[in-house]
Amino acid sequence: MQDKVDVLIIGSGASGAAVAWSLAETRMKILCLEQGDWMKQSDYPSNGRDYEARVFSDYATSPNIRQRPSDYPINDDNSPIKVVNFNAVGGSTVMYTAHYPRLHPSDFRVRTLDGVADDWPIDYATLEPYFAENDRMTGVSGLAGDPAYPAHEPPMPPLPLGRSGTKIAQTMNQLGWHWWPSDSAIATTEYDGRAPCINLGHCTPACAQGAKASTDITYWPHAIRAGVELRTNCRVREITTGDDGMATGAVYYDRDGVAQFQPAEVVILACNGVGTPRLLLNSASGRFPDGLANSSGLLGKNLMFHPWALVHGYVDEPMDGHRGPPLCLWSQEFYETDRSRGFVRGFNFQFNRTVGIGTEAVSAEVNGLLPWGEGHHETFRSLVGHRMSVGICTEDLPEEHNRVTLDPVLKDSHGIPAPKVEYAIGENTSHMLDFAIDRGKDILLAAGARNLHVIRPVVYGGWHLLGTARMGDDPERSVVNSWGRSHDVKNLFVVDGSIFVTSGGVNPTCTIQALALYIADCMKQRLATLFD
Amino acid sequence: MNDHTLTETEIADLRCLAGMIIPASAQYGVPGADDDTIFADIVNSIGRDRNDVCAALASLRALADGASFAALDVARRSQVAARLRAEGGPPVGVLTRIVLLCYYRDDRVMVSLGLEARPPFPKGHELEQGDWSLLDPVRARKPFWRPAS
Repeated sequence: MQDKVDVLIIGSGASGAAVAWSLAETRMKILCLEQGDWMKQSDYPSNGRDYEARVFSDYATSPNIRQRPSDYPINDDNSPIKVVNFNAVGGSTVMYTAHYPRLHPSDFRVRTLDGVADDWPIDYATLEPYFAENDRMTGVSGLAGDPAYPAHEPPMPPLPLGRSGTKIAQTMNQLGWHWWPSDSAIATTEYDGRAPCINLGHCTPACAQGAKASTDITYWPHAIRAGVELRTNCRVREITTGDDGMATGAVYYDRDGVAQFQPAEVVILACNGVGTPRLLLNSASGRFPDGLANSSGLLGKNLMFHPWALVHGYVDEPMDGHRGPPLCLWSQEFYETDRSRGFVRGFNFQFNRTVGIGTEAVSAEVNGLLPWGEGHHETFRSLVGHRMSVGICTEDLPEEHNRVTLDPVLKDSHGIPAPKVEYAIGENTSHMLDFAIDRGKDILLAAGARNLHVIRPVVYGGWHLLGTARMGDDPERSVVNSWGRSHDVKNLFVVDGSIFVTSGGVNPTCTIQALALYIADCMKQRLATLFD
Repeated sequence: MNDHTLTETEIADLRCLAGMIIPASAQYGVPGADDDTIFADIVNSIGRDRNDVCAALASLRALADGASFAALDVARRSQVAARLRAEGGPPVGVLTRIVLLCYYRDDRVMVSLGLEARPPFPKGHELEQGDWSLLDPVRARKPFWRPAS
């Protein structure tokens, strides 16, 4: 048996790293168990000529394709959107595109404002100082003054516009629609020991330059220097509980595959919207037969993905091609509710700079634009470097039938039951996608683009795993309370995307990390009465 | 160029098909995908996609009525390749993807497209800062985020 720790954190990604760093100042004995290992920047794809091919193998976004030893399988056959993630120190921040918007104030009050879903038990103002702290710790680039948001000031200047951004800006101005340089978790200057972005152009499958803010190079060095222990290659099987119903620790498999018990006073889950319900469901016992922290019956339910669509086309003038971070601008022209559109809530446009040449060739082939044989070269040369692309991130409303359960057959390499995802795109979101795709086409047509192509939904677009252990004040309608503590197990906390009540219509990493910092502060303020 | 996962016939068929997907071009001064260096890269890159590639090549052979695709005359090869592309399903997509990704990382091909033949790191790329005065009309808008109360 291991020495008992004060705080056991499971998962070292976006939220696990943030909560570990914040709690470190308490001088408690803090341990984080991570099923993956440290990544090496020298191994990242953009070091090699095969960098585009590796997104189909060891840097695939889907764990079912990637199949690294740290990955666990996910049965997502019953979902039009497949789960994508990464399992290593830093979690999915190693493999994300670092688009870093905050949720909006209205996102926390959807029941009050629009009569759908539920309000959050906290609001934007509560999280605002944690957004700012997280921006500072993460190193965010952007530009103050966006009229789509309450005032905030990113610590670094924005990513360059480039040719693609300039074309998008001109087009959006022509339409009279909002656009703004994105808040990006990419360093544009030297920052906290990180080198600035040099426009490698292949941000998502990890940044060889170290400019992208993955938590292995942001929070973790600070947390470890402050005394937190991070133990890698340790896959947790279950949270254990005592006769008093309190969590006693966790059973995990170490790097040699040997089962170990790690006792702890407090357990914090940071495994995101699929990993967290999977672990809690796998922690069922005689006292908690439906899974730990599941007296509400809502554990695993209300899964939200942010269904994505992409609209792209080709313009005559050269765009940025393979150069520069893929995402540089957003538009929130259609973010807030306007019922005349036929749906409530809204969506965010992300303007994609373009793609590498191999990826362009594969995409053009899949879309039927690229002939075999004669004409191949001429056609390809008319396409490559001329792509203009609009990504659409729609708000997904919570629906209980969208859920994570345990697969009765599928297991990971340690024999632990794998998660099963059942999901269908809701009616409101479907109407929103219709509208958003039409507006995306408007943008591309206004830009003079040809060969328009729509992808709906983006199948491997399940980046955002939200809602499966929702927060709330009512124990019958939520899994954790307004500061992340399980209603059922008073020394068990959840700090990841699974506690989202609603999804908003923007990438959630920034908000997930702000929530983790907020929960850590709530814990620090209540140390003497934490379990009351 | 010897790959134990494919037979000699399969390798010959694959090479022939790769050259039909992307032929050499005197106009652009580029080799075809059946070029020695590029095809060696293709064969060496099959890796975890072996089953799909083998399935695609089996379909190719079936469409060629069991004959070697590479041994067919030009007209017949064109017919068979067109049918494979139309009817071959996901395995053909995988095979084509491997051909395209290997082709478009070849030094000669990259240079012909005006690119440097190198990986992105460590040199990176230059990107124009752009004209931020384009934001002026957006800056002039009043805040339009929706208050929560």
